[in-house]
Amino acid sequence: MSTLTDASPATRSESIAELKRRANRLRIAIIKMIGAAGSGHPGGSLSEVELLLGLYFRVLRHNPKDPNWPDRDRFILSKGHGCPALYAVLADAGYIDHSILGTLRKLGSPLQGHPDKRFLPVLEANTGSLGQGISVGIGMALAARLDKKGYHTFVMVGDGEIEEGQNWEAAMFAGYHKLDNLTVIVDYNHQQLDGFLKDILDPAPLAEKFEAFGWRTVEIDGHDLEEVIPALESARAETGGRPTCIVANTIKGKGVSFMENNPEWHGVAPKPEQVAAAVAELETAAKKL
Amino acid sequence: MSSTAITNPKPKFELKMGVATREAYGQALVELGKVNPNVVVLDADLAKSTFSAKFQKEFPDRFFTCGIAEANMVSIAGGLALAGKLPFASSFAVFLCDKGYDQLRMCVAYPGVNAKFVGSHGGISIGEDGPSQQSVEDYALMCALAGFVVLNPSDEFCARALVHRMAEHVGPVYMRTGRPKAPIIYGPADTFEIGKAKQHGSGRDAAIIACGLEVGYALQAQAQLADEGINVRVLDMHTIKPIDEAAIAQAATECGAIVTAEEHLLDGGLGSQVARAAAKSHPVPMEFVAIQNTYAESATPDQLMEKYGLTAPYIVKAVKAVLKRK
Repeated sequence: MSTLTDASPATRSESIAELKRRANRLRIAIIKMIGAAGSGHPGGSLSEVELLLGLYFRVLRHNPKDPNWPDRDRFILSKGHGCPALYAVLADAGYIDHSILGTLRKLGSPLQGHPDKRFLPVLEANTGSLGQGISVGIGMALAARLDKKGYHTFVMVGDGEIEEGQNWEAAMFAGYHKLDNLTVIVDYNHQQLDGFLKDILDPAPLAEKFEAFGWRTVEIDGHDLEEVIPALESARAETGGRPTCIVANTIKGKGVSFMENNPEWHGVAPKPEQVAAAVAELETAAKKL
Repeated sequence: MSSTAITNPKPKFELKMGVATREAYGQALVELGKVNPNVVVLDADLAKSTFSAKFQKEFPDRFFTCGIAEANMVSIAGGLALAGKLPFASSFAVFLCDKGYDQLRMCVAYPGVNAKFVGSHGGISIGEDGPSQQSVEDYALMCALAGFVVLNPSDEFCARALVHRMAEHVGPVYMRTGRPKAPIIYGPADTFEIGKAKQHGSGRDAAIIACGLEVGYALQAQAQLADEGINVRVLDMHTIKPIDEAAIAQAATECGAIVTAEEHLLDGGLGSQVARAAAKSHPVPMEFVAIQNTYAESATPDQLMEKYGLTAPYIVKAVKAVLKRK
């Protein structure tokens, strides 16, 4: 599986065009990983690719050669089922070897079905039971404030996940305490396991809700790196003492036509022929990048 | 076998009342705060009741009230611990453990972070507030979280010492404290270790194994039984998990009968832990003093402990019952 993605280390110097090609390769890697595992969550993994690229290749202060650097920015993938995308990005960034991507969900693999620090210590938190990542991020942001450290904590949540009540306890706390060293990114792909948000429990209007809790909000196209990167960078700039919520409009299953906007692909692995079709489509798309 | 220290060979029937274990927690937090700048304390709008307010007064910058939002508090504690702080989070036991349970599992037990939790107003001795506030299942819940240490001190000296042991232990710890004043059983010179029972007396007719406020009742039962010529020992099992298997094996071997006493539901509590340890080492007849598959009600603490069968006479009765089965 070592040819799944480009093994070059994380760099901030890649052009937007290069990052777009990297996003395409990451999508191929994600499809192959989940296909090989025979289970997993392709839809929400494909929707978050550009957001993760913007973080790990441009905005996060981190050092893959020193993963325990105390001043590193923290990133928590609260929507833990989206971890295949995170694992693929961590490999591209130089944290893990590409050769293990094919072990996703296999016995003893560092790449557990949901993020597990015990098996992959470079992860910042264990996630998978939805609704808790923002609170954990608050703990880290408070620790940074107490220790007078400048690191920033980023948390990515799903839009279905936002239905969990604990998010709003956390939103109230972070707004009240003016935690401007905390940023939440909502992967707003408008779908959840059972279908479309609008047919289940629509959290809209999302930005207005966070603003009411004292947050600064930014709404972007979560697949447009020219919007993603400035939005992520702005969270560290002067935010008027407020935490930032980036509402990133995305497409679940992005890049694979038969998965896009089809809730059936929330938590189902593609069969071998579907993997082949998806990879062929992404490779064709790559020629235009 | 165990080298468990034997203290108070001749317990007094009347025990002098000290401060509540929750107040001892607040005192110990302040002691800890003075020596460890890494300690951060969280509460969920019950700081005056849990006594974490003592820490808040001394170290306001290291204290965060989370409002009435226990789930958020527990996960924040997990995040603080992941970032290298030493968090202590407290609330009423029933709200901390029951409302924060998924968070205790996901953000604390499962990643195995170094965070500490203290649930006050444990058991039915909270009294008049009634069952919605009475934690009768916290031992079972917390023992079912892998890697957690579960404590319930019997008096203020035990509580204060165990707060320091919690801070020294690397990993998740839960301690139950109580609302009412607790009888004084120990003194400032007594030492306590996680997982090591304190033995009172060396009677060989039966062993009473108790924790929390039940230790005081057990010592009263021990004195009454002695007047009747029945010589029992009392083990203060302040650590419910990991249970002191050596002390239980010794008690079972030397006494041949065990009574457990706890302010908790019969299911999944101290009795279950002790029975499992005894079954493994030296099975003996056992009787269990506990709350029997029900929720209590509003009344004074004394009335409730009596009505729900947790006072000294019930322990005496259980000892006599177990002796018939030896």
